[in-house]
Amino acid sequence: METTLVENLPQVTWVGSLIKAVLILAVISAIAGFGTFIERKVLAFMQRRLGPMHVGPYGLLQLIADGIKLFTKEDIVPQNANKLIFMVAPAITAATAFVALSAVPVFPDFTIPEFIPLLGGIFVPSIASDLNIGILFVLGMMAAGLYGPLLAGMSQANKWGIIGAARTAIQFLSYEVVTGLSILAPIMLVGSLSFVDFNNAQSGGIGSWLIWQQPVAFVLFLIAGFAETNRTPFDLLEHEAEVVSGYATEYSGMRWGMFFIGEYANMITISIIAAIVFLGGYSEGGLGWLTIILKVGFFFFLMLWVRAAWPHVRPDQLMWLCWKVLMPIAVINVVITGIVMMV
Amino acid sequence: MGLEQFKNRNVGTQNYKMLDLGETPKSGWCQFKQVVKRTFKGELIVGLWVTFREMINALFRGQMHTVKYPFEKLPISPRYRAIHDMLRLLESGHYRCIGCGLCEKICISNCITMDTRYDENQRKEVSEYTINFGRCIFCGYCAEVCPELAIVHGPRYENASEQRASFSLFEDMLTPIDKLNLQQEYDGFGAVSPNADDNIKPTPLAY
Repeated sequence: METTLVENLPQVTWVGSLIKAVLILAVISAIAGFGTFIERKVLAFMQRRLGPMHVGPYGLLQLIADGIKLFTKEDIVPQNANKLIFMVAPAITAATAFVALSAVPVFPDFTIPEFIPLLGGIFVPSIASDLNIGILFVLGMMAAGLYGPLLAGMSQANKWGIIGAARTAIQFLSYEVVTGLSILAPIMLVGSLSFVDFNNAQSGGIGSWLIWQQPVAFVLFLIAGFAETNRTPFDLLEHEAEVVSGYATEYSGMRWGMFFIGEYANMITISIIAAIVFLGGYSEGGLGWLTIILKVGFFFFLMLWVRAAWPHVRPDQLMWLCWKVLMPIAVINVVITGIVMMV
Repeated sequence: MGLEQFKNRNVGTQNYKMLDLGETPKSGWCQFKQVVKRTFKGELIVGLWVTFREMINALFRGQMHTVKYPFEKLPISPRYRAIHDMLRLLESGHYRCIGCGLCEKICISNCITMDTRYDENQRKEVSEYTINFGRCIFCGYCAEVCPELAIVHGPRYENASEQRASFSLFEDMLTPIDKLNLQQEYDGFGAVSPNADDNIKPTPLAY
């Protein structure tokens, strides 16, 4: 099996990686902010409302208004909070979300045109750092994102916060297992942890997508992905009706906004992973970049759709679902995949 | 419909409709079967379809519920009771109020104040007429009791203002003389019913 196509590409310099990193940070932040607008619009349409309408045409500039509000809001640190941890925790969530994106192919690669001074001719890769253990790195980084809500909830001297933090811990710890086990079967089939290899293994059109060989793993990964991104039906760490706002109760302004951006960046990451690992990735003739955007957009829409349609689960139901249902199915799936591969 | 169901205080015997909750699984095997059945029954997909259908309805079939209020308003009932209007006679343009004082008398929140006097033709005219909208409860009694259909409830429900006195004077509520042709008859309390002609009977001569 051909591993990568990197040999055919120009040399990736550290400047190119740096430009790519800045690009990811800027574009994904903007998309994450835009995602909040899309979320409000889609939820509104599904409830036959209009959603934000007044700032700009069809409310498109609502994002800017929200940004101004978040940036200029007073940054309140509670009196009894552990101030250092309280102030660092949102940065952990946002940083791990973006670090995870560094090993994910986000946009197509390109070369900066020669006429631009200083930066002309620099090749910008599609992945900021093309690790050969890409999936492992991304999943590990998203798991490390657990520390954001956990530390935030424990440091803020608030009962809702600490309940939210405890829920975060059980939820993330449970669903890491399912994520890893469910994605293990496709990894066994492809024999690599690199996203590029996954993409190349499914380059033979729709029939070669891994979802047809691993439908159970796909469903399991989606469920676990919803849990890892704190989306409904598993958003019990910030249930308004039960724990006010969970770990984010005491946060305001930009620190709260960093949690928000982290959550949306994680949604995008999960969408990209699902699209590359199960739905064929980005190489289908000349329109690969369009198909990957459509696939990622579909998964993003699915998250909003599910939020509009389904109720939450209780924490005990969540644990029951994870440990008693999903994990055995994932293990059985891995075993059956192994047997089929050996036979 | 009789009053029996309201007089029956024994709630235990009333006709309640019980929801079909299914059977509670007894053994572990039954629980397992229930989980498998619910997993593959597709109820979650039905939920997704319902919300998606509503989105299609809202976006493409014109069933969006939102009314952008200050820019578009829902029609209100002709019987709606908002800020009062004082109507004029269509022929002469004179105000209809004859100063009888019934509205002042019947007002249960005592918010109508009026003063009358005889003019040079020995006809009663209204010299003072105010409604205290800080107290008015918009019950509609004044419109109902008015023998001349002079005081009615208008459609002006946006009654936020800088001071309560803003629309409480007789002149403020009176139809402007240049808009007399636009004056609408009131269909609410006290108005002539649509079948009023049928209800008129010849005066019995037997008295």
